[in-house]
Amino acid sequence: MEKQNNQEYLTAVQAAFGADVLAHEEAFGMLNIEMTPSRIHDAIQWLQQHQDLSVNYLTNIAGVHYPEAVGREFAVVYQLHSWKNNLRLRIKGFLPKENLHIATITDLFAGANWMERETYDFFGIIFDGHPDLRRILNMDDMDYFPMRKEYVLEDATREDKDDRFFGRNNNEL
Amino acid sequence: MGKIEDLETINGEGYQLTNLDKAIALARANSVWPLPFATSCCGIEFMATMGSAYDLSRFGMERMSFTPRQADLLIVAGTISKKLGPVLKRVYEQMAEPKWVLSVGACACSGGIFDTYSVLQGIDRIIPVDVYVPGCPPRPEQIIEGVMNIHELVKKESNRRRYSEEYKHLLGTYQIEIDQHGEAK
Amino acid sequence: MSQEIKDILQAADPANVATINFGPTHPSTHGIFQNILKVDGEKIISSEQTVGYIHRAFEKLAERRPYNQITPITDRLNYCSSPINNIGWEMTVEKLIGVDIPKRVQYMRVIIMELARIADHLICNSVIGVDAGALTSFFYPFSEREKIYELYEEMSGARLTTNMGRIGGFERDFTPVFHQKLQSFLKTFPKAFEEFDSMLARNRIFMDRTKGAGPISAERALSYSFSGPNLRAAGVDYDVRVMSPYSSYEDFDFIIPVGVNGDTYDRFMVRQEEIRQSLRIIEQAYKNLPEGDYKADLPDFYLPAKSDVYNNMEALIYHFKIVMGETELPVGEVYHAVEGGNGELGYYLISDGGRTPYRLQFRRPCFIYYQAYPEMIKGLPISDAVLTLSSINVIAGELDA
Repeated sequence: MEKQNNQEYLTAVQAAFGADVLAHEEAFGMLNIEMTPSRIHDAIQWLQQHQDLSVNYLTNIAGVHYPEAVGREFAVVYQLHSWKNNLRLRIKGFLPKENLHIATITDLFAGANWMERETYDFFGIIFDGHPDLRRILNMDDMDYFPMRKEYVLEDATREDKDDRFFGRNNNEL
Repeated sequence: MGKIEDLETINGEGYQLTNLDKAIALARANSVWPLPFATSCCGIEFMATMGSAYDLSRFGMERMSFTPRQADLLIVAGTISKKLGPVLKRVYEQMAEPKWVLSVGACACSGGIFDTYSVLQGIDRIIPVDVYVPGCPPRPEQIIEGVMNIHELVKKESNRRRYSEEYKHLLGTYQIEIDQHGEAK
Repeated sequence: MSQEIKDILQAADPANVATINFGPTHPSTHGIFQNILKVDGEKIISSEQTVGYIHRAFEKLAERRPYNQITPITDRLNYCSSPINNIGWEMTVEKLIGVDIPKRVQYMRVIIMELARIADHLICNSVIGVDAGALTSFFYPFSEREKIYELYEEMSGARLTTNMGRIGGFERDFTPVFHQKLQSFLKTFPKAFEEFDSMLARNRIFMDRTKGAGPISAERALSYSFSGPNLRAAGVDYDVRVMSPYSSYEDFDFIIPVGVNGDTYDRFMVRQEEIRQSLRIIEQAYKNLPEGDYKADLPDFYLPAKSDVYNNMEALIYHFKIVMGETELPVGEVYHAVEGGNGELGYYLISDGGRTPYRLQFRRPCFIYYQAYPEMIKGLPISDAVLTLSSINVIAGELDA
């Protein structure tokens, strides 16, 4: 069996999931597929169990915040790796900020546990079905999600750095 | 390196006469037991200082005490985040008198390059510090100089420091209360 | 999970179970991690972890800094082998802007990265010895590491957090002193390393302590997205240098050592063998070091020489644009992975054309495999848990970022 390439992956996923594949592109040699968020868990499961496509390794889960894209503010990016075909691909789901829910994939890959907790901690995206969704890197009593673009990097209560000398007003990025 | 200058003594046939303070200071300075509170990169430089190229044991500091109860010197090497602040304060309070604090590295002194929401901008916001060693990370020679400065402080320190009003006031500014023996409550 | 461990967990009487705190300040947690253990006597029933005690917000910090200023913060990820982090980041940016790197630079990068890998594995293995009680075996590798630090200092000026290299190559060629020191390193290190190896590898006490401590099967390790020596000790030969070669690794001949059952002894032996393989790679790269320039021709990103800046108008303008961050970058997303000391270290960079990244996410191997720790220590005595923790080589900077 010869190795599959990007085009074959795309065709197979489109054939199986039809209208749920919203967009695709090939960036720097890597296939990016955008799907409706509610189908991503099934898509990853299908890819994992597929004989030829056989995606067996979860590389990374990342969150991204696009405040200007109304209705699609938060992206959850799943980066997968198929060792049989030595191929990496990315599956993205865009969530609106009013409904930040997406199904967890901890039942497919045990390593997704902390990756999803980190995404929750930084962006506030809720993974339904996660066994233990709470903050991981920040303090438990933190009441905001720091990686969102509206929050500044520095500590809000610092008193030794004067914003005027850095050319910004309070809370302006 | 590490040699303490001779005590002023009056030497006689079979006896020496000196101040008790000076003798105690000599003993204390040459056998400081450190508690390496090493969190990040400065911790690796501290381990290199402990290694044989920049030997710390020639100062009598080879016995690392990881329990605060038996430690004299708290060496904070590495970034302290806000999450870790209460832990550090607790460790400091558990140390028995006399105790000194050496802050190694830019992150422990002032937050370093990490001016972010999660990093404590300097450990002197929560505990009193005696000597600061800047650097990112400081070379082992710098850490040794910091240690030698601690030795100078140790030698000059009064045995009655813990009972003085000044000390109580200093710890009060960090919200650390001490009882009549000078131990933290 | 073996039947023996299942029996232990079954037999635990809830009245006998004590909750103890392993960390955050503990002599053998190298770095700050807290584990709250529930133990029955000495056997661990369950554990719960708290991390984030050194969270320095690298990802948010990176959104504020121009690309060449991000290299110093990548240093502080896995600080035991910081050149690998630096060079990985530079390769990510080079992938984004799409530039060809000269062969000599690639070989130089391989030499530096393999030196960093040796330094990282030496710390991990000597610390496993320390936690098992063997303090002497800690001092021998550390004096060898001083030689590696001297090599870093020749190239970048710093010992530990090196900020090595520039986007497009290196800031200077290998100096004559570097050549001399590297040659003497290649002559003296193997013998010193074998001396260290002879102290621990076939040591009766060490083997008894480490065999069976913290095993993990290959299927569970894959499910947890392990990578690096921990995965190879479990029997899976996944190495980013071989799977997706970067920086001319395909030119070199080296083997990937694998273990059998993923316990502490296997992890120790895999790292020892990887040090020997890294030495092989350095020797090959050094012998075949091609002639050429030590940097790519990249005027938009690589600072021009100061003598040009003062005399030449073009160089002055480039210097100004680079320092002020006015260079234009392509828009796009790129992911680049290198084989770090602990596994697949990945950089996921989203650029919107501005001078700072829009989003930079570090795929940190320590963070991902540390979540398997409670499973690895179930049913084991506390002393095995201590050894397991030091053998999986969790570096606090990479764990919390």
